[in-house]
Amino acid sequence: MAIDYSQKIPNNVQLADDRTLQRALEQWQPNFIQWWDDVGPDESAKLDVYLRTATSVDPQGWAHFDYVKMRDYRWGIFLNPAEADRKIHFGDHLGEAAWQDVPGEHRANLRRIIVTQGDTEPASVEQQRHLGLTAPSLYDLRNLFQVNVEEGRHLWAMVYLLQKYFGRDGREEAGALLERTSGDENNPRILGAFNEKTPDWLAFFMFTYFTDRDGKFQLAALSESAFDPLARTTKFMLTEEAHHMFVGESGVSRVLQRTAQVMNELRTDDPGKVRAAGAIDLATLQRYLNFHYSVTIDLFGADQSSNAATFYSSGLKGRFEEGKRSDDHVLKGQTYKVLEVQNGQLVEKDVPMLNALNEVLRDDFIKDSVAGVGRWNKVLDKAGLPQRLVVPHKAFNRKIGALAGIRMSPEGRVVGDDEWKAHEAEWLPSAADRAFVGSLMGRVVEPGKFAGWIAPPAVGINRQPVDFEYVRFG
Amino acid sequence: MDTAVAADAVLIKQHLIDPEICIRCNTCEATCPVGAITHDERNYVVRADVCNQCMACIAPCPTGSIDNWRTMPKARAYAIEAQLLWDELPPELTADQLAAEGVAPDAVVAVQAEPVLAVKPEAANGEAPFNSAAYGATVPPWSAAHAYTNLFGPKTPTTATVVGNVNCTEAGFHNQTHHIVLDFGAIPFPVLEGQSIGVVPPGVDALGRPHVARQYSVASPRNGERPGYNNVSLTVKRVTEDHQGRAVRGVASNYLCDLKVGDTVQVIGPFGQSFLMPNHPRSHIVMVCTGTGSAPMRAMTEWRRRLRKSGKFEGGKLMLFFGARTREELPYFGPLTSLPKDFIDINLAFSRTPGQPRKYVQDLMHERAVDLAPLLADPNAHFYVCGLKAMEEGVLLALRDAASGSGLDWEEVAGSLKREGRLHLETY
Repeated sequence: MAIDYSQKIPNNVQLADDRTLQRALEQWQPNFIQWWDDVGPDESAKLDVYLRTATSVDPQGWAHFDYVKMRDYRWGIFLNPAEADRKIHFGDHLGEAAWQDVPGEHRANLRRIIVTQGDTEPASVEQQRHLGLTAPSLYDLRNLFQVNVEEGRHLWAMVYLLQKYFGRDGREEAGALLERTSGDENNPRILGAFNEKTPDWLAFFMFTYFTDRDGKFQLAALSESAFDPLARTTKFMLTEEAHHMFVGESGVSRVLQRTAQVMNELRTDDPGKVRAAGAIDLATLQRYLNFHYSVTIDLFGADQSSNAATFYSSGLKGRFEEGKRSDDHVLKGQTYKVLEVQNGQLVEKDVPMLNALNEVLRDDFIKDSVAGVGRWNKVLDKAGLPQRLVVPHKAFNRKIGALAGIRMSPEGRVVGDDEWKAHEAEWLPSAADRAFVGSLMGRVVEPGKFAGWIAPPAVGINRQPVDFEYVRFG
Repeated sequence: MDTAVAADAVLIKQHLIDPEICIRCNTCEATCPVGAITHDERNYVVRADVCNQCMACIAPCPTGSIDNWRTMPKARAYAIEAQLLWDELPPELTADQLAAEGVAPDAVVAVQAEPVLAVKPEAANGEAPFNSAAYGATVPPWSAAHAYTNLFGPKTPTTATVVGNVNCTEAGFHNQTHHIVLDFGAIPFPVLEGQSIGVVPPGVDALGRPHVARQYSVASPRNGERPGYNNVSLTVKRVTEDHQGRAVRGVASNYLCDLKVGDTVQVIGPFGQSFLMPNHPRSHIVMVCTGTGSAPMRAMTEWRRRLRKSGKFEGGKLMLFFGARTREELPYFGPLTSLPKDFIDINLAFSRTPGQPRKYVQDLMHERAVDLAPLLADPNAHFYVCGLKAMEEGVLLALRDAASGSGLDWEEVAGSLKREGRLHLETY
């Protein structure tokens, strides 16, 4: 059977000329569709969704908008255009030519990095699979589905690297990416945050804001890699990741806008009254933020890690915007401050910079997150409200690294078990909070209509009006 | 000299990023093939002199914030230093403001390629939409006095002292409008009726940057709010919600409304050199305004009233169409209604009087079409429109209907109104 690969799988990796890769993908693709049908977006098979498909990496082919059934989405394989004579620009191989193939001594570590990244992509589709049934508008439903298909494409991107460069064990890892399942007790996803539930749309927006931003920073660090195909793949993925963060940032912003409107109409800051009016009170929003922020910063790993040092020195994974930094890009003999608890007090201590690179990336992420929270606060400011959202202390609610398990208030004060128990429901979303937010979730499918807990967006997608029929129910 | 004027007057479609929608994802900066896009911790911005409008950044932007354009004189394109301070995009310059920059009314936008993606779908239906803004004149009436502009810029503001601040409506806090008098002491600050000044609110915004100046039309005549004094008055509505009715506390308007006598404020300007009144003693003035758009109308009316009192006037007509939501919210309602009927022909429209049908200024203009038509044809009559953008089209259509209703060729009339500086639009 002749398959037109460039049509079915848009790509810029000469797939049509690569028989080995074709055979690997032909075996993997039916399993992917099976996975999509089994744990992909619930009850979505018949919907026509106004989606963006990339058909090439140049600006013209980047964003092709049309109605498609998600199952027929053309998941493509794209690498950013190659840079001629690209040199490794950090670590022990600084100045050498970038690798077009995997060096034997780094094979295991590179495969591990790619599998870990690849595992998060299908995981988030699984976490979000029921959200379509409670979408607050067609606009939001479409955005959810766009995020889902792009996570699917990111999976393809990682699978391409595994199958193309890692031989038999790469093919096995590609298969295993479809076998692990988010939240499965026996065969869970690799990283903790990707086994958490995304039960409601507020959680979804917080997830896309915070957790997809972790994705941005990991991809950005990998886009510096000495392994050129990985660098080029992740660079292109970053462009799509931006859309996910847009969904999160604008989503929370619209929730805030609606909440502020209700608070002003009722002239109240009483959470009970805000809830009674069908909006999400600021305290609950803050608790969701605390949860997603703390769970996400755990994703950066232990604050001191010899793996991180190895990955950097061997050129596998750089720092965020490595190319824009003006130090020696080797980092030997330099130090970085990390936190630990001594005698019930948080203290800073200097550790070797190379071992602290997880912490360096975490701190870059924190800076970026805080800036966006500042933009959320502008919504409150504009509404004339004095309340503000804040990110909790870096040590709050941590499960990984030196700060794991330490009882800490959001302001960063070490607290005892009793105080933690007394305040946990003020600091993290309680079952009652989740039940309340869950109670607001109801599907809105009339074009231009929005659920009562969220404001409409300022602009539509692709210059379409806000009341455009972004999803058609066949 | 001619070439210098021509260079200033070149118009460009300036590419801008909406800071309210942008999520600072860096995609545009990474995509731009010519390095026109840059950022700081606050905003992503486009260098007007580098951007070649290749549109490579438009499709990859996840938010749509990238697709914004403003018609600007090339020489006055927003610098990135200014863009980095924005919290929101500035509005399009009005025809009047463009004129103030030396742009000829028929100037054509100079672009390499018209931004295809920026074309709104409704423009593609083959029928040219009624563009009310295009009818505004960019030259002052021939008999207008010479206007001084830009004596004090944003980097060199001057200081004025508050000598009066009263609510000039009968409305409560949320709808009140203040009449604020500022005195310049010994500092020269000559302003004509129709000109505006900028007030710089003190302090910094949420991100620690100084506030930008807000522009207000002066409500006082050229010889001072109090004749013979170096002072001006402003009409300032306390902003407590935006145009969509969402709660917003306007920074500058609340600052101004809360000022006490004796406080000082930072002022820049004056601005504007075409929305000016005729000095010719037999000229007629038709004024159409809503809300605080009444400020320049009050200034012109008061100047005419003073001239009349001193016997220096030969009976030009004044006709006013003034709209507000309710009588209580109409600025200067009391003083206005006590003006003599043979001095000014006043038509008030209230759009939210309980139990009454909504009435807008254009409705009254339709009712008075028979009286407006001869004025449209009279080279001594001048028309001024100031207030909310939403009324502009209705007002222009009412003028068009008045013209065609009495057998005048509207396009011909509109052409002379614009050419002779007889129709001025200032809407926001």
